[in-house]
Amino acid sequence: MAVIDAGGEGGAGHGARGDAPRPARPPGRRRRRRPGLVAQVLFLLVVAALAWAVVQTAAGNLDRLSVHSGYGFLWEKAPFELGESLIPYKAGDSYLRAFEVGVLNTLKVAFLGILLSTLLGLVVALGQLSPSVVLARVCRSYVEVARNVPLLLQLIFWHTVLTRALPPVRRALSPVEGVYLTNRGVFLPVPLDDPAYGAVAAAALAGALLAPAVWLACRRRARLGRRVAHPLRWTLAALLLPPLAAFLAAGAPLAVEAPQLRGFNFVGGLTVTPELLAMLLGLTIYTAAFNAEIIRAGILGVPRGQTEAAIALGLTRPRVMRLVVLPQALRIILPPITNSCLNLTKESSLAVAIGYPELVRVANVTLTQTGQAIECISIIMLVYLILSLITSALLNWMNARARLVAR
Amino acid sequence: MTTRLAHRLPPRLAVLVETPAVALVNLGVLALLVAALPPLLDWAVFSAVWRADDMRGCPPAGGACWAFIGDKARLIFFGLYPYGEQWRAALATALLVALVVVSLNPRCWSRRLALAWGLGLAVYSLLMWGGLLGLAPVESAYWGGLPLTVLLTVFGVFFGLILAVPVALARFSDLPVFKAAATLYVELVRGVPLISVLFMASVLLPIFLPDGFTPSGLGRVLAGIVLFFTAYMAEVLRGGLQAIPRGQYEASRSLGLSYPVMMARVVLPQAFQTILPALINLIIAALKGTSLVVIVAMLDLLGAAQAALADPDWIGFYVEDYVFVAAVYAIMCGSISWYGRRVERNLGSAQSR
Repeated sequence: MAVIDAGGEGGAGHGARGDAPRPARPPGRRRRRRPGLVAQVLFLLVVAALAWAVVQTAAGNLDRLSVHSGYGFLWEKAPFELGESLIPYKAGDSYLRAFEVGVLNTLKVAFLGILLSTLLGLVVALGQLSPSVVLARVCRSYVEVARNVPLLLQLIFWHTVLTRALPPVRRALSPVEGVYLTNRGVFLPVPLDDPAYGAVAAAALAGALLAPAVWLACRRRARLGRRVAHPLRWTLAALLLPPLAAFLAAGAPLAVEAPQLRGFNFVGGLTVTPELLAMLLGLTIYTAAFNAEIIRAGILGVPRGQTEAAIALGLTRPRVMRLVVLPQALRIILPPITNSCLNLTKESSLAVAIGYPELVRVANVTLTQTGQAIECISIIMLVYLILSLITSALLNWMNARARLVAR
Repeated sequence: MTTRLAHRLPPRLAVLVETPAVALVNLGVLALLVAALPPLLDWAVFSAVWRADDMRGCPPAGGACWAFIGDKARLIFFGLYPYGEQWRAALATALLVALVVVSLNPRCWSRRLALAWGLGLAVYSLLMWGGLLGLAPVESAYWGGLPLTVLLTVFGVFFGLILAVPVALARFSDLPVFKAAATLYVELVRGVPLISVLFMASVLLPIFLPDGFTPSGLGRVLAGIVLFFTAYMAEVLRGGLQAIPRGQYEASRSLGLSYPVMMARVVLPQAFQTILPALINLIIAALKGTSLVVIVAMLDLLGAAQAALADPDWIGFYVEDYVFVAAVYAIMCGSISWYGRRVERNLGSAQSR
């Protein structure tokens, strides 16, 4: 109503302006702004009043529950164990340490999940676009099923299968020597530490530094008109040959530490817990379906003329894909796939349902132990907000770069 | 050789052997399918047990035990809703789904639809709650299974959409306070996972609200879902508002329409049509998202399926259980996206005319 009135007065003001020689600001304009101003001030007042009421009630309720608010509890001793952690942790360490373990586990599962789901998504997208009708149909069905079943259901399903369908430790399945599948996790052999590995790692580092230099050198030569026949092969050689040479020079030490059955469990080697495995299976299968759709849309978004022109120039199909289509599709794919990676990170919070000790799980256990609900939930939200902000900053930076390349 | 073969075959088969490489890939994938399908079919159909009184009827090494699903179907679909009254929940849910199906078609957007929603919601509440007309009252704590999943999805989207309108308009407006508040809300919610919002709703609401004003468990969870999806819908709606040509705003202004009339009669109807595909995706996301209420101890479809596994008469049929529920979810999500594509196609052909 107020807006309509302002509009009417604005009309009147317009008429008055015709008579006046030159008003600095048309009178109608100033009047029209006022309802907005009043509404904004009113809105701020209402929000402030609501916030004050909520804080008062919360303080009263917390007093009655005799919960001391504040983050001081983070330095108290956490009485629980956590299934797995990247840094040393045991019951009796501080809650802060437990939260650190949780954040690291979130990052670990998110990193592995992003890697695997992007790879699988790329494979499925290419399968959907392949000229083979049968392969395309199979990939399409996978996408339709995987993205229409809730992730939580998939996680619970994989966790139940991994902990209940696999045999106990004593009757472990062993498809390959040294690899054991049990209901306590998958046990894998790891290479035994050898003094030569230091040298191999140094050589690998040197190769990693050498490869970009070779790549740039090839491109500089190409720009000067002296094309190198296979720049990619030279780069790969620079990357892989030094560590391989160091490895062979040291006499190819390949001793592995296989997991050994000791008492009731396996000792040694690498253990992948059923929780982590279920998380990776669920997150990968679910998110890969979305990633496949994103990548497919990106590839289809490249104009057909580009492909036809490349084929007319005599390029083979794989080279058309690698040299012409994918670089252009990347620009379309990048923003939505970053969003999808961020979604995967947020959805890794569903681990709380199957007991993988990531951030939300740790916060939930802490919440039941200490009753510090506001603090625990605010920590979850803060960590995810920071991750989101970092991701969107990265996305903006990449977008800006992609646009520069386009010119 | 193969290309000559392709010429002789009918076109439908010819695509299978277009080039030698294509023929080889097709053959390989078909061989894999042929290897994988018989054991799967044998488990799911031929060796499956369809009728049994308890777990002794299902041999452990045999096929799928669908008798378990048959025995537990009412529990999985309706949760703890009183057994004799379950027809009410089924009827109410069917009514709600019918309303949504009609509402997703822009051709049905009219004043009569609003009337139908009002009437439908009244009947829905009557059927679910009871307490009138000789229907036994049923507390919302006993609602569960598929009706709960549909309820959370439909009302989450419904209220989310209603609240998204002011938020999107605020983000789109020139008034700095409204714009900042809406931006802050949308970015904050979109940056955190749904489960943290659900925790907040179920754990923090009782702390933030005065005694006696705390809604029931269902109300709190619904509040969390609405709070979460409002942000996403506001973002989608803002995209729709931006997609509307400036001329539409300018023409409405020059016709003397006020801001509310312009938005309600000119801008929003067009914006809603533009965002319909994105909205359908959000409904699917909401349907899948409601399964998270299991974590805050509600018995929705997934929760009821987990509850069915706890029966000591039927131990260890989790694969059948989860496969069945997954199929229900996949069918629901698949039919929503199928319907969405159909409406979109009809709309596209209507606009191009």
